[in-house]
This record gives sequence, C-alpha cells and structure tokens, in this order.
Amino acid sequence: MELINTVFIAKAIIVGIVFAITLGVAAYSTYFERKIAAFMQDRIGPDRAGPFGILQPLADAVKMFMKEDFIPANSNKWLFIAGPCLSMLTALMTSAVVPFGDTVTIGGATFDLQGIDVNIGILWVFGIVSLGVYGIMIGGWASNNKFALLGAIRAASQNISYELAMGMAIITILMITGSLSTKEIVEVQQNGHWNIFYQPLGFIIFIICAFAECNRTPFDLPECETELIGGYHTEYSSMKLGFYLFAEYINMFISGAVMATLYFGGYDYPGIDFVTQQFGSNVASFVGVGALIGKSLGFVFVFMWVRWTIPRFRYDQLMNLGWTGLIPLAMYNVVVTGFGILVGKPFMVSIAGLVLLIAALFVYDQLLVKKKIA
Amino acid sequence: MKLSNKTKVLEQGEMTLAERMYLPAIVGGMATTLKHFFSKPVTIRYPEQKRYLGPVYRGQHILKRDEAGAERCTACGLCAVACPAEAISMVAEERKAGEESLYREEKYAKVYEINMLRCIFCGLCEEACPKEAIFLRHDTMVPVFHQRDEVIWGKDKLVEKMDHRYLRDGWK
Repeated sequence: MELINTVFIAKAIIVGIVFAITLGVAAYSTYFERKIAAFMQDRIGPDRAGPFGILQPLADAVKMFMKEDFIPANSNKWLFIAGPCLSMLTALMTSAVVPFGDTVTIGGATFDLQGIDVNIGILWVFGIVSLGVYGIMIGGWASNNKFALLGAIRAASQNISYELAMGMAIITILMITGSLSTKEIVEVQQNGHWNIFYQPLGFIIFIICAFAECNRTPFDLPECETELIGGYHTEYSSMKLGFYLFAEYINMFISGAVMATLYFGGYDYPGIDFVTQQFGSNVASFVGVGALIGKSLGFVFVFMWVRWTIPRFRYDQLMNLGWTGLIPLAMYNVVVTGFGILVGKPFMVSIAGLVLLIAALFVYDQLLVKKKIA
Repeated sequence: MKLSNKTKVLEQGEMTLAERMYLPAIVGGMATTLKHFFSKPVTIRYPEQKRYLGPVYRGQHILKRDEAGAERCTACGLCAVACPAEAISMVAEERKAGEESLYREEKYAKVYEINMLRCIFCGLCEEACPKEAIFLRHDTMVPVFHQRDEVIWGKDKLVEKMDHRYLRDGWK
C-alpha cells in the first residue's frame, strides 16, 4: 500500500511538471513566434512589456481574458464551447507517453520520468493526434458560419490525408525497433544510434506530415485568412480563441518532442557515459531531460522558421503532395527498410535507398518529362 | 527591331527535376531568412530614439530676435496674408522711446498669435517674411496639447529665448 502511494505521488508530480513545462513552453512560443518573425524581417518585435518584452505572454493572456466572450445567436451553444476545450484536451493528452528522461533513483525507489509507459505509446500519440481534429471540426461546425465550416472541413480532410503518410513513416520506426512503446524506441537509439541516420527519408516524410497535422504554414489552410477570413475560429473570441491558438502551440511543442523521441534519440545526448561516471546516473537523467526539451525547442524553432519563409499551399497542391507525393514515398521507404532488416545492414541500405530514389527520379526526368522548348 | 539590348527573353517550359522537388528552393529560402535572423534590425524605437529629419524640416514656429536681442518682427502682416490656413493674427504697435533694445524697428507686434489647430506647417509664412523674423524650427515639433487654451500660441511661447537661441543647420 505504501509503495503504491509513493508511485502515485511520484507520477502525479511528474505529470504536473510535464503539464507545467508544456503550458509554459506554449505560452512563450507565442512570444518567440513574434520575436523570430521580427528578427527574420529585420525588426525588433515586442519589447515594451518588461525587459525585452518577456512579459508579453502575460499581457496577451490578460487581453484575451478581458475581451468580450461572444457566442453567436444561431450557433450550437454547447458544441461551440466544447470545440476549444476538446482542442486543448487532446493537445495536452499527447505528452503523457513522451519519455522525458531515463530513470531517477531517489531514496532507493526508481522512477521513470514519463507520464505513463504504455506498450502502445506510439499508437496512443497517433490516436490522440487524430482526435485533435475533432476540436477544430466541432468548433467550425457549431459556429454556424460557412467560412468556419469550410475551414473545419479543410482541417479534417488535410489531417486524414497526411495521417496516412505519417503512419507509414512510423511503421518503419516500428520495424526497426520492434516495439510500440516510446520508452523502448528511445532505449534502442541510445549511444548515438539515432533513427535519423537509419531513416532520413522517413524523417523528411514525418516532419512534413507533422507540419500538416499541426496546421502550420505552409499547410495552414484551415485558418487561411485570405480565403476564409479566420477559418474555423472566425466566430471565436476571448479565451476560446486563445485556447485554439494555445492548442496549436502545444501541438507544436509536443510534435517536436515526438520527433525527438522517434528520430533524434529522445533523451540521449553525446557524452552521456561521461556524465554518468562523473556525477551519477540521476544527474545524467536530468541532463537528458534538458536534452529532450532542447531538441523539442529546436523543432519549434524550425516550425517558426518555416512559417516565416514559405508561403501557403493552394488546396489542390496540398492534396496532390499528400496523396501522390508522400504516400508513395512512404511506401517505398517501408520496402527499403524491410530490405535493410532482411540484409542486416539498415544504415547502408537506407542510404542506398535514398541514392537509388534520386537516381530513379533523375532517369525518369531525363527520359519522360518534356524538355524546355528551345 | 530591338530598341535596346536590355530585353530579357523568358522561357517558361517544363520545370526541371530540382525545381519540381521544391526542396532546393525551400532550403534556399530558409537560408535567406536565417541570414536576416542574424542581421541588424532597422527599427528606430521612436519615442526614445529620434531620427534626424534634415535641416528643412518644418516643425515648431519661432519668432527670431537679432544679435542684440531685439525682436525682428515688424508686424507687416505678410505672413498672415500668405498663410493658407489663416492661422496667424497680430496687433501692431508703435515703438516708444527707450524700447530700442526690445524692438529692432519703429513698429512691432504687440500681439502675435498662431492657432496651432489651423496651422498646416506649410512654411509659407517663413517664405513671405521680409525681415527673417518667423521660422519653422527643424529640430522641435509642436508638442501634443489636450486643452483648448493651449491651442493658440502667443508671443510668450513663440519669441526666441536669448539663452536658448535657434540655429538651423547650414546657418553660420
């Protein structure tokens, strides 16, 4: 009974910390989004609230809360409220299975730095991410506004299209690891055997799909201002709108953490053995937590970097890329990975597969595509 | 026939393989944004930092005194006539004996008023003035006012202070 209690309390603390980190990072993502946008456009960005503007998220939150919380007369009131709640809920649930660090031993008891270590971790992530579109869909539908509905439909069809390629990219990870547990996937990658070296093509597919799943530029068609006013959150105001925007930033951070877990060795970092010998395994684990969060924040930066570089896709281009570009590529990647496992040299075969793909594309281009008219 | 050799013929055929894959272009674009990420911002933080607007900027009005400290204005009224917004009004007065150090010539403006709500800062008063008495300063703007009695500026605000003389860039 005593043991169960300590485990429960430890889990509660870990969940609380993960929750706090996720929300804090999401809050400051709004600030860094504006800062990074400003730097990339040779501006300074928000610098009025506090030194360097670091209190800007607080000011934004106060502004959001102070605004009138308007519910349109002909909307479906309960679904209108449920939409942002569901978005926020699904965004926060994904972080439960991300292994934030290795085990920590305090007073003879060993704790995993992870919300829950379920043996279907990746399926959990995949399922919750698919559920995430419900918040957008319900919000868009309940608004009783054609533009909001169009945005919601776009979000739904886009998510379905890109989930296929994403799932196929994950399958290759599962083929290498042989397990669905995120913890085991990370443990297989320890000591520098990161999946990015074995799965470069899979990583490119996964990150493109992650952009689409998070509704980030260049795939932010659900909230395309030029075509749909505000997209699915046209009718939303006050903190309900804030929740939608917040959920997007949480999704960004979590997808960064998932990408770090799947492809960049999770909490692995160079020199982990040295740190373990010098300072003990507990310190090594906490440095690992820092490494994972650092990797995730790196991905968040890439998300923002891409947003301020690339313009938005047209909708048919988006569908074209998803169905005729990424899915065949992902299938090819599955075949190459299977061959690599069969031969027993996954690294060599993955590189060879990439070279073969580029060569085949080049030959196809030379033979079949019409050349420029002289 | 070509009029100049600057004509550039554009060929728009099929895209090449690299162009169709988009990835090289995306990487190039991201390199550009990263370059700007580390370059110096061009922002001027306005209320704290002010940028130099040049010696011909038309800011706050000033009624000049001469070297000895006598007012140059003779209340001829040409500035008021020139003013397209009819912002300037004045009352003339004859100089008494003993006031030679205060006023440069025999006639002076007892009252000289500019309505700052009417003024459009065109600088025509400056152009019209034959005595080089009124100028629009290049270094100071008319401050923001909120009260009705702050709108009309009299001589107390307009006449140059001897301990803080106005010197435009380019004057000796």
